[in-house]
Amino acid sequence: MTKYFIKRFLIAIPVMFAISVATFLMVQALPGGPFDSVGEKPMPERTRLLLEKRYGLDQPIHIQFFNYIGNLLKGDLGLMMRNPSQTVNEIVANTFPVSIQLGLLSMALGFMIGIPAGIIAALRHNSVFDATATFIAVLGVSIPNLVLGPLLMLVFGVQLDWFPIAFWGADPPDFWLGYFPPLGSMEFWTHAVLPVFTLGTGISAGISRLTRAGLLEVLNEDYIRTARAKGLKERVVVSVHALKNSMIPVATVLGPLFAGVVTGSLIVEQIFAINGMGRRFIQSIGEREYFLLTSLTLIYSVLLIIGNIMVDVMYAWLDPRIRYD
Amino acid sequence: MATNEKAMEKPAAAGEEVRSPMRDAWWEFKRNRASVVGMIFIIFVVFSALFAPMITPYDFEVQNVDFSRSKPMTPYVVTQEHAEEHCTWYGTFMEWGCTVYLTGSDQLGRDLYSRMIYGTRVSLSVALVAATVALGIGMVLGTISGYFGGWVDNFFMRLVDFLYAIPILPIIILMQVYFQALARRGVSEGIAGSLIELNQSTGGLMFLFIALGVLNWIGMARLARGQVLSYKNKEFIEAAKAVGATNSRIIFKHLMPNIFGPLLIAESLAIPGYIFTEAILSFIGLGVIPPIPSWGSMISQGYQGLRSSPHLVLVPGAALTALTLAFNFFGDGLRDAFDPKMRGRS
Repeated sequence: MTKYFIKRFLIAIPVMFAISVATFLMVQALPGGPFDSVGEKPMPERTRLLLEKRYGLDQPIHIQFFNYIGNLLKGDLGLMMRNPSQTVNEIVANTFPVSIQLGLLSMALGFMIGIPAGIIAALRHNSVFDATATFIAVLGVSIPNLVLGPLLMLVFGVQLDWFPIAFWGADPPDFWLGYFPPLGSMEFWTHAVLPVFTLGTGISAGISRLTRAGLLEVLNEDYIRTARAKGLKERVVVSVHALKNSMIPVATVLGPLFAGVVTGSLIVEQIFAINGMGRRFIQSIGEREYFLLTSLTLIYSVLLIIGNIMVDVMYAWLDPRIRYD
Repeated sequence: MATNEKAMEKPAAAGEEVRSPMRDAWWEFKRNRASVVGMIFIIFVVFSALFAPMITPYDFEVQNVDFSRSKPMTPYVVTQEHAEEHCTWYGTFMEWGCTVYLTGSDQLGRDLYSRMIYGTRVSLSVALVAATVALGIGMVLGTISGYFGGWVDNFFMRLVDFLYAIPILPIIILMQVYFQALARRGVSEGIAGSLIELNQSTGGLMFLFIALGVLNWIGMARLARGQVLSYKNKEFIEAAKAVGATNSRIIFKHLMPNIFGPLLIAESLAIPGYIFTEAILSFIGLGVIPPIPSWGSMISQGYQGLRSSPHLVLVPGAALTALTLAFNFFGDGLRDAFDPKMRGRS
């Protein structure tokens, strides 16, 4: 078991290397460079060459790559080119927690709505409540963030004027232990409501569908009949016997869901002008910030890889019948 | 076909009701009202995309700057020349449609209703092409990998492992930036040149197809491989091998028909994702080329004036939601109909 996961992590290393080669080449292949212009005017040839030399861009591409990887292993993600007062590390340190918070809060909301809704729908199978919950779930899965975001903004931000509609995390973040939101701050929560609901609605809809399907599957199993036959209360049957196994499909989506939420929050960050990683990524494409683009893509893929390994861990933990050898 | 019909008729003549799997599935599908509504809506959208020039009063790029951002259902007065020149309904019994903006107009005074209808073309073609490409590549690679096993299988599975670790959305964004920068630079020779030309003439769709198709077959390949693994040791494959069928015959005649159904259903559930991705790319300005209307780019333009003219976001937003909703209901219905285990469940 432990051996299997060690193997998974070891396999991840060459995969990571391949991805860093691919991303590095891809970002460098983008036509144009970071020093093509200064303001509106084209950069003088000599200045451009000097600047490129300063950032090592005059070297052959493989040397550049190994320099980058060498720095990466030392924990240095590189320099910003258009804005030399900042390093990529600082940018990541400022934006990553914002994206993670948005992701975590949305997932928390998704579970808080999704799991109870799914359970009630499954227990009252084929009732009006079931039909309504299923319908709302499909609706929630179908409405794109792109539409829900502006819609919530319009209703709760503009018409009712309850919540601010932009600039969450605009100030340098002040987080508890670096990542956790400052719970007492009213300003934080009012800023968080709309983006978190935008991102969380789809998640909760997906989770309620999974919960419902999983619970329906489990309720037909023999051991549930046994539990009922020996006279247990329905509440005990459901909460002790059925629920744990029905959560398996839900738990297994956690990893990929987290990675998906963090990458997917890109569009929500864009809509609500949140100073997160995804927005930074889109902004710096035009400026050809080679190091930032490569580093952010690598961070995304590390999250994905960890998410994918988490699936197997979760499986093994929740269902002892599953063996990895 | 003829033999099929005969085979269907025979037991019916004996007075028994025929219950072929297809008919069972259709009956099950019909029972689910939401799926039927979804299917009808999709057919309706397909027809509006095909006949867009007939059912819209204006072309999607006709501007009328005196009437920008006007509210829905506001009649407006066009000069005789403007109507004569641009309105396709002018001179027919639908002429009144030339003077009313059914759903308002956008910031350049373009008829929002016309643009919304033309927008179906982008969404539907992206859905169709991306789904076909993903299904095609995934099915072929998955089948080969599952059928031959050994180092072929190992190689493909390592490739899939690698691709699984790629964050698709950022990579698609980088690809689109790359393509668009190439297009702006204007390469005119070779394959790249003709691709760029094709892309310009399709309004940016070509590159969207490539970017969406190239990465999204991974799940499909895994599914196809799993299906093939479960079928390849069955008796009918063994029988085919015993009578000396070639590998390609077994794959195309015996395996593919069996695995095609489940794959098609899985793919139909993936379609809303492609529509979303196109909308997202167009929203951040990396999708279709501007005068071409895409719901994503319409939302992105309208969203800048959300406070004063919300209809610029609501109209394309409603269209986008309705279409994905229809595809989700339709896909759910298909899955329930063809997967007996799921019958009566979610």
